[in-house]
Amino acid sequence: MNKTITSEVDFKEIDAILESFNYNKSYLIAMLQKVQAIYKYLPEEAMTYIGEHVEELSPATVFGVASFYAQFSLEPKGKYEIKVCDGTACHVRGSSPVLEEIKRKLNFEKGKFTTNDGLFSLEIVSCLGACGLAPAIVINEKVYPQMTPQAVSTIIDTLMSNERK
Amino acid sequence: MEKVSLKTDINEEQKKAQQYVEAQGLRVLVCSGTGCMANGSLQVIEKFKELGANVSTLTKHDKMTVVPTGCHGFCEQGVLVVIPDLHTTYVKVKLEDVEEIFNEHLINGRPVERLLYTDPATNTKVAKTEEINFYAKQTRTALANCGKINAESLEEAISVGTYSALAKVIEENDPDSVITTIEESGLRGRGGGGFATGRKWRSVSRHKGGKSYVICNGDEGDPGAFMDRSVMEGDPHRLLEGMAIAGFAVGADEAYIYVRAEYPLAIKRLRIAIEKALEANYLGDNIMGSDFSFHIHIKEGAGAFVCGESSALIASIEGERGMPRPKNIHMAECGLFKRPTLLNNVETFANVPLIVLNGAKWFSSMGTENSKGTKTFALTGEVNNTGLVEVPMDMTLRQIIFDIGGGIRGGKKFKAVQLGGPSGGCLTEEHLDMPMDYDLLVKEGAMVGSGGLVVMNEDTCIVEVARFFMGFTQNESCGKCTPCREGTKNMLAILQKIVDGKGEMEDLETLEKLAHTIKDGSLCGLGKSAPNPVLSTLKYFRDEYIAHIVDKKCPAGVCSAMKQYQIDAEKCKGCSKCARNCPVGAIEGEIKSPFKINQDKCIKCGACVSNCPFKAISSK
Repeated sequence: MNKTITSEVDFKEIDAILESFNYNKSYLIAMLQKVQAIYKYLPEEAMTYIGEHVEELSPATVFGVASFYAQFSLEPKGKYEIKVCDGTACHVRGSSPVLEEIKRKLNFEKGKFTTNDGLFSLEIVSCLGACGLAPAIVINEKVYPQMTPQAVSTIIDTLMSNERK
Repeated sequence: MEKVSLKTDINEEQKKAQQYVEAQGLRVLVCSGTGCMANGSLQVIEKFKELGANVSTLTKHDKMTVVPTGCHGFCEQGVLVVIPDLHTTYVKVKLEDVEEIFNEHLINGRPVERLLYTDPATNTKVAKTEEINFYAKQTRTALANCGKINAESLEEAISVGTYSALAKVIEENDPDSVITTIEESGLRGRGGGGFATGRKWRSVSRHKGGKSYVICNGDEGDPGAFMDRSVMEGDPHRLLEGMAIAGFAVGADEAYIYVRAEYPLAIKRLRIAIEKALEANYLGDNIMGSDFSFHIHIKEGAGAFVCGESSALIASIEGERGMPRPKNIHMAECGLFKRPTLLNNVETFANVPLIVLNGAKWFSSMGTENSKGTKTFALTGEVNNTGLVEVPMDMTLRQIIFDIGGGIRGGKKFKAVQLGGPSGGCLTEEHLDMPMDYDLLVKEGAMVGSGGLVVMNEDTCIVEVARFFMGFTQNESCGKCTPCREGTKNMLAILQKIVDGKGEMEDLETLEKLAHTIKDGSLCGLGKSAPNPVLSTLKYFRDEYIAHIVDKKCPAGVCSAMKQYQIDAEKCKGCSKCARNCPVGAIEGEIKSPFKINQDKCIKCGACVSNCPFKAISSK
């Protein structure tokens, strides 16, 4: 528990979230979504806190739920969250070369999907429901339609150069 | 007690709403579905609004209103701008085109030809909306209002008759006859299984008395399907009305809509719709002054395909891991929070108000013997017109792909169509004249499923597609039961091996054995249907598997492990760029003479192809 002393997690904020759901455990997923909206991932202390403060939950249960759903990240995400759609329509129309180009460009360390500078993170999602725009990617909620390796490379270059400014 | 006539009231409201819509003058509908928004529809709307300030210059109409609508279904051609009064649909509209449309067409009455839709078959411009094949051959009932009304306006929803079916059932106060109507209509679940909707309602209504729930399954997880998204984004009040009618019929007063988190726009529009319906008392306590109360909550999913399965979905709403529960206890008795629960899909609910208003006969007059009504399909892949289509269930695959879809893009050859996503299967040329009937499709190894239709051409590798789907289900398997957890993993490993060019003939037998074990032994629908894409492709495209295994060749030229890169000695100038870029040093040669690739060393990464300035390297 020593860890929580130096933690960046603001427990008052977490309390406010739990309060807004009346400490009702059936809203656990919504609670975690709110926490993730603040920190861009689920800090361990926050999960433990929820597990200890909501009735009928335990830290293990919270961790079990958090690790089950693809939306939750247990590691910090990048400033730019890139989601590459690999649904059927996107796959058939060439999402793999787009994905390869992103991986090549961002040069992730083995087993990691966030760049070391914390700028970019990559996630493969199953379907964004934007099949008419295949292949599609999403960067921080903005949908980019009809991607090609060249197009995605330009987009990343632009984001990188904006950051340098 | 004073007798209330809800029907008269809602008719009055509808008349008022229609006047409100009429007062808008010339309506310019701009699609603001997820697809068109990605193509910049918001900027198009802003520009129209900016220009529209100068309304007195419009000749026939003294006023213009820009209406942001839900999805028109023709996502490929976005941004779509539709002007119903002028019978015109503009496609691929960009911000810089808006001024021209406004000045030329709206003010001077001259349509902007270059922005009209071009028929891919005849290569001619289509002037009238009604004449665009993509729309002309559809029968839009569930989607009737999608793209025609402002999804965030209650008035516009009321103007097209929304909530009049709800008023009708509450006034007539005969829940049983509502269920009978649904039973007689022959409506079957639109989410996948195709279970008879009326029968489901009947069994839940038997447990009336205590607390019951209605759940709408909006967890449209099938990759390649987006019909539910379109309804939620384009006509949310219709969905709410359908749910309220269901609640009235089965005796429930509380409901949840479970929406996947990947659909932020749908969630936003549903929240707005619920808020406005509550304000106007079409939802909430004592709806329209009656004794019937009905509350709808939204629950956001968190990215798990298995949550489309009913018992997993319930677990997820309750805040747990979305793992399916054994089905020996019936949901109609013991569902959400251990109470009787009715669960239907978005499109199923969207059909309900129409059946109530137009009668069971109207609905059952469409479709086939066992599959009544219309069904929406998401037509995607290598087809000219991708988008959302709604057709009577007796329409054939050929009509959908070639008449509505405009055939295969780039003049290529049709190879297969994948129906029903990861639970469905691939069908071939010989099935093209089959109607979209629930039972017929299952017999052939595919399924209606939620309605994804992914068209594939000769350049699609069927084995790779089977591997893709198995990769998907394996990844989404919740891990609760062994056949699904371990079986899908092993099937995927074998498929990967075949795609990598290391397959053996025994592998096909093992695949089939595993497939049947998973089908028979899995707990839920995800596992039971997971082997379908492999089984159906093994049945119809066995040759292609054999080509990968025996000849070590990918007939479609997709599987990179089976590619051989070669340098055309005539085109090669000997610049050495390929050799310098080869990560494994497989290319050798002398400057100014043709280089060569050492096939034993080559890892087939393709780096040389993209780096050759003379296009001298190709694969075969």
